[in-house]
Amino acid sequence: MDLRYTDEEQDFRHQLRAWLETVLRDVGPEPDRHDWPARRAYDTSWQRQLFEAGYAGINWPAEFGGRGATPTEHLIFLEETERSGAPYVGMNFVGLLHAGPTLIVEADDTQKDAHLAPILKGDHIWCQGFSEPNAGSDLASLSCRAFRDGDDYVITGQKIWTSFAHVADYCEMLVRTDTDVPKHQGISWLIMDMQSPGIDIRPLRTMEGSAEFCEMFLDEVRVPASNRVGDENDGWRVAMTTLSFERGTAFVSEMLQTMELCRELAQLATTITSKAATAWDDVGLRRDLGRVSAELDALWALTKRNISEATRTGLVGAGGSVFKLAYTDLRHRLGDIALHLLGRASLSIDDVGELATGAHIQGRIHGLSMTIAAGTTQVQKNIISERLLGLPKEPSMTRAKHT
Amino acid sequence: MDFWLTDDQVGLQDGIKTFLDGRFPLEVTAAREETGQVIDPGGWRELAEMGVFSLLRDGFDMRASVVAFEQLGRALVPGPVVTTFLAAAYLDGAADGSQIIGHLEPEHEFTVLEHGDQIDAALLFDDGRLSLIPATAISTRALGRPLDALSPVSTVDINIEIDPSNDTLAQGPAAEQAYMRGVLLTAAMQVGLSAAALDLANDYAKNREQFGRPIGSFQAVKHLLAEMMTKAEVARCAVHAAACALDGASNDPAVRPVSVAKTIAGDAALFCGKTGIQVHGGMGFTWEVHAQRYWKRAVVLDNSFGNADHHATAVANTLVTRKERN
Ligand SMILES: Cc1cc2nc3c(=O)[nH]c(=O)nc-3n(C[C@H](O)[C@H](O)[C@H](O)COP(=O)(O)OP(=O)(O)OC[C@H]3O[C@@H](n4cnc5c(N)ncnc54)[C@H](O)[C@@H]3O)c2cc1C
Repeated sequence: MDLRYTDEEQDFRHQLRAWLETVLRDVGPEPDRHDWPARRAYDTSWQRQLFEAGYAGINWPAEFGGRGATPTEHLIFLEETERSGAPYVGMNFVGLLHAGPTLIVEADDTQKDAHLAPILKGDHIWCQGFSEPNAGSDLASLSCRAFRDGDDYVITGQKIWTSFAHVADYCEMLVRTDTDVPKHQGISWLIMDMQSPGIDIRPLRTMEGSAEFCEMFLDEVRVPASNRVGDENDGWRVAMTTLSFERGTAFVSEMLQTMELCRELAQLATTITSKAATAWDDVGLRRDLGRVSAELDALWALTKRNISEATRTGLVGAGGSVFKLAYTDLRHRLGDIALHLLGRASLSIDDVGELATGAHIQGRIHGLSMTIAAGTTQVQKNIISERLLGLPKEPSMTRAKHT
Repeated sequence: MDFWLTDDQVGLQDGIKTFLDGRFPLEVTAAREETGQVIDPGGWRELAEMGVFSLLRDGFDMRASVVAFEQLGRALVPGPVVTTFLAAAYLDGAADGSQIIGHLEPEHEFTVLEHGDQIDAALLFDDGRLSLIPATAISTRALGRPLDALSPVSTVDINIEIDPSNDTLAQGPAAEQAYMRGVLLTAAMQVGLSAAALDLANDYAKNREQFGRPIGSFQAVKHLLAEMMTKAEVARCAVHAAACALDGASNDPAVRPVSVAKTIAGDAALFCGKTGIQVHGGMGFTWEVHAQRYWKRAVVLDNSFGNADHHATAVANTLVTRKERN
């Protein structure tokens, strides 16, 4: 048990820090949330810069173009990029964190050759077409249908909540290829070109006001059978590779941002005055915020334990679900503290007067999505209690046939 | 960086666990509630022989110590194990188990002392000084009904005469260091307690049936257990991180991580204690079932070395940079 970084790890950090310092001078401010072409350009050109400096796919194996960094170096990378204010992974998220890693493990050589390098270079944006109107938490009940027709699959159905679908080049699609078997067994994983005829994309406005996710309507969309990853009807297993990735280090940057948000909120409280006192003089507020701050440190320690486990075993074990559950719950509590503290300033997402209040309200709204996306809180609790604590499943959750 | 138990730490953990399972099973410990002497002097000496109080003297560090104390917390070992451990740095009798060293924690106008009738002396942290007050200098009045039957209590006359030339064990940074060790070892016990309360409730949830199936198949129950596990795991990480900081095996100074650990572990223990009772239903409210013992000890430990609120406030104070208002 040792939290100190080795000399090699520190060398890695210092080189990265020096590089970030030089390149970040020329990276402009983040574009407007609603300007999608500008956002794509911003995210992909940052990815290109990472690629050229050898930092793209930091944790991908070197043989597939990644840096092959250790889990600890990956953590340092996330820490330093966050600390320096570098652009967030943004819309490269699905390619780098879901689709790419899945392809590395499951795809054939032709598929790897076609797709891995463009993800690393920022040439291809990916989206995730898993959820459907009637298949959210119960993802395996998905019904978007693919029939085999010669060398193609022909897909008809609907997907929803597809983040970045309107700017993506490719989609990792889960489709139903067999309806006569238990629901987990009739699913296939396909690479879908988003330019294919028959895809109708309708952006959905989120409660944050921008169009972060979309509905996708698919009408006889043809996807070559050679784009199937893994065997036909084995897509559920392939997809689980992706989801376990999502619960690993996916929240590290976010969490470091939250630590900063927490410090800023405390600082803000010292400047909010009423009569002779500041909000920070309220011991109740200090206790509440101190608890959240303490928990963030504890979750940072948990992250390091997860990273250490991954270094030893190659896997993130129990810690991934535990982290997701605790962190997303904490986001709600931090957000509620902000609302209480800011009072009527909460009514505006723009800063009110001289006070930097907006980020806290924006953060409060965003927190509401975090206990839903990537497996809801209730689903995480099912996972923890059933897989980690060995409790029995509910009878209704047994593997029904797909209907 | 490698934030994982070493083989040696796992060995220590297993050794202590095996010892405690054999010598301090909870049925045996609970039976002492009726004897009037909850600390078994023979058992105390055996704890000392296991090296529990002398870990630092024997060349172990705080990381090993939190691993050991997590197990003591898990077994609800009665008695002032933390302060005896701290005193062992100065007193051979504490290290070898011939003396039991308690803890005077003045609060408001009164002090409630644990194990007043069995301790030989008590530590007092005050004004940057660590003093050892002999039991003969402490006038106590037993309180008939302790919250935790395994933590008998008495009130203490607060006006204790301290003779600095005789009583002082440490001052300044050394006293500060001892205090932080005490905070952290208490937090480690809270982690063990949380995990034990979870194990008990988890077993019960798998075996107790209602509506024709195990209650652990109901989400309303299994989600409680998932929350218990989450809190216990997160708290364990906080305790280990603070131990690294106290050992200098971290780039962070120790003050904040130690308060973080006590906040998170204290909340976890109280939560796991009360939730363990809830999962047991009516059985949880009985004297016989151990669920109640975990919650009661959680309250005792929360009130030792500063409660979760106190440490949360200390953490908060590290968030802002400004002069204290006068
Ligand atoms: C911001 C955001 C981005 C997203 N991006 C994508 C994306 O890019 N691609 C993609 O495929 N999907 C995406 N999703 C979808 C996301 O994965 C689903 O919203 C999520 O899995 C929940 O499914 P649902 O919305 O259908 O809710 P439901 O499953 O209908 O859940 C509704 C409520 O019922 C509860 N519930 C459901 N089942 C159970 C159960 N068994 N036990 C207890 N409670 C239960 C849930 O916890 C929830 O509270 C995104 C979602 C959000 C919010």
